[in-house]
Amino acid sequence: MNITALLLSRLQFAFTISFHIIFPSFTIGLAAWLTVLEALHLRTGRQVYRAVFEFWLKIFGVAFGLGVVSGIVMGFQFGTNWSVLARMSGPIQGPLLSYETFTAFYLEASFFGILLFGRSRVPPWFYLFSTAMVALGTTLSAFWIMVNNSWMQAPVGYVIQNGMFVSNDWLKILFSPVLWVRFPHMLLASYITGAFCVAATGAWYALRGVFSAEARVMLRMGLYLAAVLVPTQIFFGHMTGDYVHDYQPVKFAAIEGRWHDEQPASEVLLAIPDSASETNKYAISVPVLGSLIGSMSLHSKEVGMTDFPRADRPPVAIPFFAFRVMVGCGIAMLLLAWVGSYLSRKGRVEQSRLLLWLTFLSFPLPFIATLTGWFTAEVGRQPWTVYGLLRTADAVTPFLTARTVLISLIVYCAVYTFIFAFGIFYIYRLLRAGPAGSLVVHPAEATPRRPMSIVDEPRVTSAGEVPTAVHPLIRVQ
Amino acid sequence: MVIFWVSVLALSILLYVLLDGFDLGVGVLFGLTRDEHRRRAMMGSVAPVWDGNETWLVVAGVVLWGAFPVVYASLFSALYLPLLLMLAGLILRGVAFEFRGKTRRLRWVWDAAFSGGSLVAAFMQGMMVGALVEGLPISHGEYSGGEFGWLSPFAVICGVGLSLGYTLLGACWLIRKCDAEVRASAYRLIPYLSLALLVFLIVVFVYALSEDLQVMRRWLERPYLFAFPLVAAAAAIVLAASIRRRRDGPPFYMGALVFAAAFGTFAITFWPYMIPFSITVDQAAAPHTSLAFMFWGEGLFVFPLMLIYTAITYRVFRGKVQSTSHH
Repeated sequence: MNITALLLSRLQFAFTISFHIIFPSFTIGLAAWLTVLEALHLRTGRQVYRAVFEFWLKIFGVAFGLGVVSGIVMGFQFGTNWSVLARMSGPIQGPLLSYETFTAFYLEASFFGILLFGRSRVPPWFYLFSTAMVALGTTLSAFWIMVNNSWMQAPVGYVIQNGMFVSNDWLKILFSPVLWVRFPHMLLASYITGAFCVAATGAWYALRGVFSAEARVMLRMGLYLAAVLVPTQIFFGHMTGDYVHDYQPVKFAAIEGRWHDEQPASEVLLAIPDSASETNKYAISVPVLGSLIGSMSLHSKEVGMTDFPRADRPPVAIPFFAFRVMVGCGIAMLLLAWVGSYLSRKGRVEQSRLLLWLTFLSFPLPFIATLTGWFTAEVGRQPWTVYGLLRTADAVTPFLTARTVLISLIVYCAVYTFIFAFGIFYIYRLLRAGPAGSLVVHPAEATPRRPMSIVDEPRVTSAGEVPTAVHPLIRVQ
Repeated sequence: MVIFWVSVLALSILLYVLLDGFDLGVGVLFGLTRDEHRRRAMMGSVAPVWDGNETWLVVAGVVLWGAFPVVYASLFSALYLPLLLMLAGLILRGVAFEFRGKTRRLRWVWDAAFSGGSLVAAFMQGMMVGALVEGLPISHGEYSGGEFGWLSPFAVICGVGLSLGYTLLGACWLIRKCDAEVRASAYRLIPYLSLALLVFLIVVFVYALSEDLQVMRRWLERPYLFAFPLVAAAAAIVLAASIRRRRDGPPFYMGALVFAAAFGTFAITFWPYMIPFSITVDQAAAPHTSLAFMFWGEGLFVFPLMLIYTAITYRVFRGKVQSTSHH
């Protein structure tokens, strides 16, 4: 394959955005879960909810900080590497992304400060309200990103003027039916990510036999939440598939691994698609199921990729396999959540070491599902950047040289690997130390804009107790 | 509408330069001392605010894209490598605030990341301003200068100049926020920094004359522009006086005023051009529907809230940072 500026720019975008999405998809869910915990604490007055809240607030701080840092690069990359896209869709995408910065900045910054410092200074209901506002901020951020991406997937409400996409109806963009299935799909993915991370942490403590009260809360709430959320997610996933079926038929055919028109269509469960011969090898398929999934009918005709010129088809393998990995993770999570919830109700979950181990090891599943879901959506959209309007090959900065992009790709890889290795190590250390003694006394220089500073130097003593971290040297008067 | 968004953009950039300017400057000064006490005091003086400061860069970036997409697209793609290095510098110095306190053995890594990242970011910003002033080669609304079209002796001089300027601002900030040794050494440094900055200004002036830069003709056409250097000169005199009398408050404001005057000079000199002498504000502005959509939400409501929020943050963290004993 030719190493071109285009290919390297795509790799760079894929790398930076994949790295970035890991953190928001975790923090959006976590913020919502913190709100639930605080509400429970207010309602029941039980201290364990407070302890679990304080513990996850620290983890939220680090993950949130990493998300912010990796997000800055995204805002610049459209201009540096994709200048044609930036110019053509700037009048639509620019305002949408500026809303993201403005609304998220304001809500998160102001109310996160209260979460860190306000416990003793504001009434309890206002503290709960602040938690909800932080959750709303992260949610709004996701909303604007999804508006933006859904417009790229299925452009609506625009006209073309002087070579630019100009909105003639913002309401159409904001109330696009595509957006309103994809936004819940992403939101649920974040909530499930949060639920599984919490449940996995609970399972870990249960296996180690530490923090049993907190572990119980984490394990139960995580599993129960997941037991409700995962089936809802599968429903919205199906709805998302429906929009792909209607708006992006060639992407749908690629996901299904369907090369030729079929009536009624079968569903390929597993295969190795071969684009050279336009057939599947080693296919395992179920007759008629394809029509049922595609059109809710036993007789419908479903289109195949060969209806479209080769130049308009996505690279089949990535959406085909990524989709199957996502669905596989979804099914595994569903089984785990349901079996786990059943055992929880019977009060046997702490006795089943197998289930605890499986729950503990399940924490990567929601991340993998989110990433592969995005791979399906984004690679499946190819060869278009703005679907049907602007090809990726035409969107790249025209004068960019492969050498320039290679330099930036290497720099980003190095910097990201470096800081994220440290970041993840610190999150691990916090998780390992656990929620004991974690009613945090905040160091004076921790601020709403410096969330990670609340977790400086957690030192674990032999009893597993974490002394609160107070910076000994610096105090702001 | 266009004027509103130009003003929001200008204010965001000015706020960025003033606010992140001093904390990048503190980062550069951080590299000049080895003493852990002083380093902690220096970092502590900007720790509560640096992140908010950098947010103004993101705000300026998205406003530029939303309201002036043509400039966003051509400028950012033209300045590919300097932007990359600036971002890498900003990321590394940013996480250094968080990670430095979490390790002992590897503290030197984050110290280097903090001062090195700050210096690289400041230098790259100066270079980009220099390249803009000199004029980026642009034909048919598209950058045509190649990989290193932004690189020139003038741009390098401007990179050095802005680094010096930020460092001066940083030193003024340290005087305001710190005491003891940190404050004393900042006082000692400021005369040298000011002198270096003066030399830089003379060099730039001579260069601009000898190269007959287009900028110079604008000055002859618009004599009222000379008001800005006069304001800057007055501010510099007050700055010098308060340094002599060891008054902690005024130097930072005077330094900021010098920067604001310089910024005003640029803005008015190049008006109505956004990319000097090739793309004007009106050519670059997004269609009315985009500007109006932004105005009726984020422009009218959120932007004022952000200004208020910034003011409150600085009020909360006013006063001197104190260093107490080692543990």
